[in-house]
Amino acid sequence: MLGYLIRRILAAIPVMGVVALVVFLLLRLTPGDPAAIIAGDLATPEQLERIRTSLGLNEPLHTQFFTWIWRILQGDFGVSLISQVSVIKMIGQRIEPTISIALSTITVAILIAVPLGVIAAWKHGTWIDRVVMSLSVLGFSVPVFVVGYVLIQIFAIEFRWLPVQGFRSITGGFGPFFERAILPTMALSFIYIALIARITRASMLEVLGEDYVRTARAKGIGEAGVLMRHALRNAAVPVITVIGTGFALLISGVVVTESVFNIPGIGRLTVDAVLARDYPVIQAMILLTSGLYVTVNLVIDLAYTLLDPRIRY
Amino acid sequence: MIGKVVEINNLVVSVGTQPDASKILDNVSLQVSEGETLCLVGESGSGKSVTSLTIMGLLPKKILVPTHGSVRLAGEEILTATDRHLRSLRATTMAMIFQEPMTALNPVVPVGKQIDEVLRTHTSLDARSRRKRILEMMEQVRLPDVERIFASYPHRLSGGQRQRIMIAMALVLEPKLLIADEPTTALDVTTQKQILSLIRDLQKDHGTAVLFITHDMGVVAEIADRVAVMRYGHVVETGSLDAILRTPTQDYTRNLLSAVPSLVPRAARPATASAPVVLDTSELTKVYRERSMLGKVREVAAAQDVTLTLHKGRTLGIVGESGSGKSTVARCILRLIDPTSGGIRLIGREISFLSRNLLRPHRKHIQIIFQDPYRSLNPRLTVGETIAEGPVNYGMPKADALKRARELLELVDLPPDAITRYPHQFSGGQRQRIAIARALAMDPDVLVADEAVSALDVSVQAQVLQLLDDIQTRLGIALLFITHDLRVAAQICDDVIVMQHGRIVEQGPAGDILTSPKQAYTQQLLEAAPGRGWDFANFRPLATGMAAPAKTRDIALNS
Repeated sequence: MLGYLIRRILAAIPVMGVVALVVFLLLRLTPGDPAAIIAGDLATPEQLERIRTSLGLNEPLHTQFFTWIWRILQGDFGVSLISQVSVIKMIGQRIEPTISIALSTITVAILIAVPLGVIAAWKHGTWIDRVVMSLSVLGFSVPVFVVGYVLIQIFAIEFRWLPVQGFRSITGGFGPFFERAILPTMALSFIYIALIARITRASMLEVLGEDYVRTARAKGIGEAGVLMRHALRNAAVPVITVIGTGFALLISGVVVTESVFNIPGIGRLTVDAVLARDYPVIQAMILLTSGLYVTVNLVIDLAYTLLDPRIRY
Repeated sequence: MIGKVVEINNLVVSVGTQPDASKILDNVSLQVSEGETLCLVGESGSGKSVTSLTIMGLLPKKILVPTHGSVRLAGEEILTATDRHLRSLRATTMAMIFQEPMTALNPVVPVGKQIDEVLRTHTSLDARSRRKRILEMMEQVRLPDVERIFASYPHRLSGGQRQRIMIAMALVLEPKLLIADEPTTALDVTTQKQILSLIRDLQKDHGTAVLFITHDMGVVAEIADRVAVMRYGHVVETGSLDAILRTPTQDYTRNLLSAVPSLVPRAARPATASAPVVLDTSELTKVYRERSMLGKVREVAAAQDVTLTLHKGRTLGIVGESGSGKSTVARCILRLIDPTSGGIRLIGREISFLSRNLLRPHRKHIQIIFQDPYRSLNPRLTVGETIAEGPVNYGMPKADALKRARELLELVDLPPDAITRYPHQFSGGQRQRIAIARALAMDPDVLVADEAVSALDVSVQAQVLQLLDDIQTRLGIALLFITHDLRVAAQICDDVIVMQHGRIVEQGPAGDILTSPKQAYTQQLLEAAPGRGWDFANFRPLATGMAAPAKTRDIALNS
């Protein structure tokens, strides 16, 4: 297992290397002078030269690449062209809202969707199954922003139970953090509940037809034991895969929710950076997202071995 | 006095609850007494398994419904029992073991824990006493190294060991009734023999009533006290083992027995030394390399130094248990996998190391029929498309290929309109006929049949074997027939190769190998063949000396 872990981590190096190269070339291969793009149309030749020097654009391309990589390895992602603040600091400020919303979303989704999927499979073909599946279709078809605005309308504007928007750090107390996290979590978890419930149901249906489930019933075990101890664990591998990739997608795709609820997360940071052509921030975000996907994949693969003793690397 | 453990009277099981619903079981009546083994015999779809699931209360709810009759277990009515009560009876009063030990155990739970679950559910024993009881039971079913196996996951155990675990799990609470649903069908003959004798010994010790479901008359002859023959949901005939095997009264029973291939090899065909060699291999070897976690390479020889020769119009059988390498040899010969070393000559041309492209023109000379006709035909293609695909790939115009497909369907005794239908519209035997027609469409010189009749019922098996024989006589094709079933080998092969651990143990004319084997392993295989004391087709035991006499067992146990 340790050998596998080391091999996988080593295998991630070339993947991240290719991503880094693409990210690096992104700026260099954009038509025109990167310094001119960065500085804008009204820059003076002196300003352009200063930017070129600061970015090392006068050096040969490979020297530029290795210098850039070396800095990144030391945690230096450069400075935002717009705000002149260190990129790592900007991400640091924005990551907490995104991570906390993503974690709460995935937790809520698992807690609701897995039991729903199990029950739907258990009661396959009955009205319970049809209701769960209809809700699942609804979850897929209604866009997140619609769910978000409906929730705001009901819980924030009509009933005034929760704040309309915003985010408070958990360091400022759990109460304010919690009441601002509820609505975005609900809005965002809608589609993940639909997705995870559907996969859990399909996987459970397959497993419930297996011989060992019949064996468990023939042993006189109650339905709860059959479902939880025998079926669910065997059905878990595809469910875990979806949860893992779902989490990675959450981190990189929360921009709509962040916009609806006015949360200063990394989704909005990325969109703002793209609109303003703030290249150092864009580069850092692409690297961060790729690193996240690689890590999540590794964690999923390791989780398989815990769930299924037949999977050994 | 021997008590009745199970009494089924006039049981009707229907599909759904509608009054006009079709009946899966119709008026079934059976009894099994303490210490007795009743074999429930019949072909697929006869209702054997539905009968057993009804007793266990495990019928799929609202889909299969007992609508009439009664099932009494130790005097207690099962059909009206609540789910909760049924659960409390399972494992304590009635237990069941299944056909496929590979899939009947939960793959993600250690086997000891799976047995423990029975004790935890039904007893109030503490953990230490439960463990002690389980280890004792594992020893009773003759498992080695019980402490290690207790903590092992199912995939670490062999098929025989898994079935022993299933038996231990079923008998740990000493139920009055054990239902065994084809428990040895998926096992090799030598393992099958051990499991049958284990069931018999445990039954003797505990006085258990056994309802043994099987389609294999050989197994019936080994284990039954009484036999009930089922067909289309009816019990056709019931009687003592001897009465059923010697003097069956119903035509269906007689046909069923007549279809059992004899272990005595068929008359050899005239020797054809002048017939050209169509296929030969020399020292064919296939080695798999596995890399361990530390990067160490381990080599496993799936086939080693296999040299064989097949003449035109002859049938060469490769027999052996699972893992003996027989399918590996077949796949190497077809170049579905690449051999590690050795030569394969097909119609005089060496093909063992040809590239995929250079191999293409030679592929049509050799075709294969697989074991499972339910999985070997593409469900999305019509029968016509399936048969015509090969010739079309080799340049035949589609119209001609479809015309040829029609002729081939006629050759394999299927109606011409089958051409526009899909595989799911046919029975297993018909599908295997389609698979044969597909293979013949290429006009091959060699046909490889890899366990081609193993998945079929005995009467269908006899028909397909007859068809292969006819085709061979008519077309002069050479047949490489791979099977684990010595009875089948005896009926179709001219020559036989016996394989074990990837190597050829013995080879020669089928008449010699299967009547007077020289090697200990071949002798062991023959001795393990169930029902070898009976000549089923002629309703009599074989003369002593040829094989052991029919079993004589006293059934009055614990009375």
